[in-house]
Amino acid sequence: MENPVIELIGLTKLYGSLKAVDNLDLSIGRGEIYGLLGPNGAGKTTTILMMLGLTEPSAGSVTVCGFNATSNPVAVKRKVGYMPDNMGFYDGLNALDNLVYIARLNGIPESKVRDRARELMEMVGLENAMHKKAGTYSRGMKQRLGLAEVLIKQPEVIILDEPTNGIDPGGVKEFLTLIRQLSRQQHITVLLSSHHLNQVQQVCDRVGIFVEGRLLANDHISRLSTEVASRESQVVTVSFGGAPQLSEVHTQALMNTEGVKAVELSGNSIEITGAPGLTPSYVRFFVAHGFDITGVHQKEYNLEDVYQRYFENISTEKETNGKSGNIFQRSFFKGIKN
Amino acid sequence: MENPAIYFKGLFSRVLRTSEPVAAGVHEKTVHYSKPASPFAIIVKKEIGDLVRSWRFIVLLALIALTFLASIYVSLTNIKPGAEPERFLLYLKILTTTDGSLPSFHIFMSFLGAILGIGLGFDAVNSEQQNGTLIRLLAQPIYRDNFLLAKFISPLIVITTLFLSLGLLMIGGGLLITGVMIELVEILRIISFILLTVLYVAFWLSLSIMLSVKFKQATTSALTAIGIWLFFTIFYKIVVNMIVKAFLPDPAFLLQEDILYYNNLILDLLRVSPGQLYADATTVLLMPAVRSLGPLTMEQMAGAIPTPLSFRESVLIVWPQLSGLFAATTVCFALSYYWFMRREIRS
Repeated sequence: MENPVIELIGLTKLYGSLKAVDNLDLSIGRGEIYGLLGPNGAGKTTTILMMLGLTEPSAGSVTVCGFNATSNPVAVKRKVGYMPDNMGFYDGLNALDNLVYIARLNGIPESKVRDRARELMEMVGLENAMHKKAGTYSRGMKQRLGLAEVLIKQPEVIILDEPTNGIDPGGVKEFLTLIRQLSRQQHITVLLSSHHLNQVQQVCDRVGIFVEGRLLANDHISRLSTEVASRESQVVTVSFGGAPQLSEVHTQALMNTEGVKAVELSGNSIEITGAPGLTPSYVRFFVAHGFDITGVHQKEYNLEDVYQRYFENISTEKETNGKSGNIFQRSFFKGIKN
Repeated sequence: MENPAIYFKGLFSRVLRTSEPVAAGVHEKTVHYSKPASPFAIIVKKEIGDLVRSWRFIVLLALIALTFLASIYVSLTNIKPGAEPERFLLYLKILTTTDGSLPSFHIFMSFLGAILGIGLGFDAVNSEQQNGTLIRLLAQPIYRDNFLLAKFISPLIVITTLFLSLGLLMIGGGLLITGVMIELVEILRIISFILLTVLYVAFWLSLSIMLSVKFKQATTSALTAIGIWLFFTIFYKIVVNMIVKAFLPDPAFLLQEDILYYNNLILDLLRVSPGQLYADATTVLLMPAVRSLGPLTMEQMAGAIPTPLSFRESVLIVWPQLSGLFAATTVCFALSYYWFMRREIRS
C-alpha cells in the first residue's frame, strides 16, 4: 500500500507474561474504513491506545500520518480524532461547554469556537440539549456528543472504539451512515473497533479479525466470505412434510455420498454437512426415495460465519450479539419440532 | 443526526477549497491560522472555574474563614499593650495572640492547611480517570505534564488568592477599627507568612496529587493522605518520644553540652514532619522576639540585646524550614510526574 495513513509494524504489547498484542502488522490507506473485529479482551483497545501514544508498545512501531505515535504523540493527536469506549464528560459543565473546552484545546481560535461547537451540536442532533448538563445525558446522547468532539478538530483520521455500544439500532444506522459519508467525501480514514459484526459489515471497506492479540484475517469482507465458503463445508437443511421415515439405511447411503461429512436428523428436517455444490444431489436422493420435500435451505456464508469460524476455537467470553443467528436457528427448529 | 451536508458547510471549507486530499503540511496551516491560547492556560482556566464552583471548595472556604474570624476575635479581645509601645506590632499580635481557649491562627493553619491541600488534590487524577474524561483529554494534542501541572497550579492560584484576601481583609479591618498604622516590617512578615502557608498547602496538595496518580480510587487516595497527615500530627511525636526514651541516656547523668546535643537531635527528628516545619517557620516569622528554634546556651545568650529580630534575620532562621517544605513538595510532584508520564491511560 502506498503511503499508508496508519502503519503498524511488528507491534507487540506485553502485560507481564500476557501478550495483549502479538507482532501485529497492519497498514490502512487514506480514506479507508477499516473495521477491527474481535471479542472482548482481544487487544483491540490496546492497539488503539498504542496508535495514540496513550500506552507504549513493548516492541514494534506505530506510524500515524507520518508521525511515530510513541515518540511524537502530540503531532499524531492533532490529526486523529479518538472516541473511546466508555467515555465521560465533565458532568458539572453543560454539553456545549464540554465541546468548547475540547475545541479550545485543539487550538481553534476563540472567535470561532462557540459557533463551530454550536454547528456541530446541530449536526449530531443535540441542538435542543446543548445547554443541559452533560451529567444528565443518556448513553446515546453522550455518544453523539463524543462524535461532535471528534469532528470539531477536523481530523484526518478518526478512531472509534466500540462506537455503536449503547445506541439503539436506528441510531447505529444513522451513526454509521454519517461516518461513511464523512469518510467518502473528505477522504477521512476511519478505524473502528467492534464486536458487532453486522454493523461493521455495513460500513467497512476492510476488516481485520483480531483474536488474542493476533490478526487472523485481514481483507475485504466479500473476499473473506468467499474464502471461507470455499474452504468450509456447506450446511443444507432439508425439511419434509410429516415426520420422515428415515432409517439407518438412508443415513448410511447419504454418508456414503462423495463429500458428505455429517448427517443429523432433527424432527421434520435433516441437516447435511458436506462439500459445497451438493444440494441438487441431496434433493435428487430424497425424491428418488419418495420423500415429500417442503423446503431446502442452503446456508449462505456471511461475515458472521467468517467471524464464528475464527471464534470457534477460542474459549473466550461468547458475545451473544455475534451469535444471534445461531440462536435464532436453534429456536426456529425447536418451533418446528413442537 | 441530520444531513451531514450541514456539517461540511464552513467547517471543512478550507479543506474543501483545495478540492483534493490535502497534504499534511497544508492541513497543519488550516488548524493554526491564528495564535490561540496555550493548552496549559486553557486547562488552568477550566480547573479554576470548576474549583470555585464546587461545593468542596465552598466548604473548605467556610471552614478557613470561620477559623480565621474566630482566632482574630479571640486575639482582639486579649491584646494588651506590651512593655514597649513603639515596638508593639499590632497586626502580628492579632495573628498570634490567644487566651488558650483557641489555638492562634497560624497553629490552626498547620492542620487546616493540610486538610485544604488534601481536600483539593486527593481526586485530581483518579476521578478523571474513573469518569472517563482523562482519556478524552489526553487524546487531545496536549502534553501530559501540562495536565498534571495544571492540576497542581490551579488550586494553588485559588488558595493564594484566598489567603491574600484574608490577610488584606484583616489588615484593612484592623486599620479601620483601631486606626493603628501598619509598619513595613509587619506587611513583609504577614506576606511571607501567607506565602509560607501557600507553600505548606502546596506540599499537601502535591502529596495528595501523587496519591491520586498512584491509586485508582479516589477514596483510597483520600484515606491514605489523611492517614499520612494523622501520622505526622499525632503519632509521629509519640513515636519520636518512644524512641528517645528507649535509646537516649537519662538527662540527669549528662553534661549540659550533651543535653543540648540530644535536644537538637530530638528537634531535628520532629522536623521530619511538615507540620512541625510550618509551625516553626510561622512562629519565627510572626513573632519577631523568637530568636532561635532550638535551645540556646547561656554563652549564646550572653551579650544578646533583647530586641525583636529584623525581618531578614527571621527569614534566615527559617530558611532551612522553607527549603525543607519546598523540597518535600518538589519530591512529591516529581514522583507523581514520574508515575503519570508513562502510564497507560484507560477508562
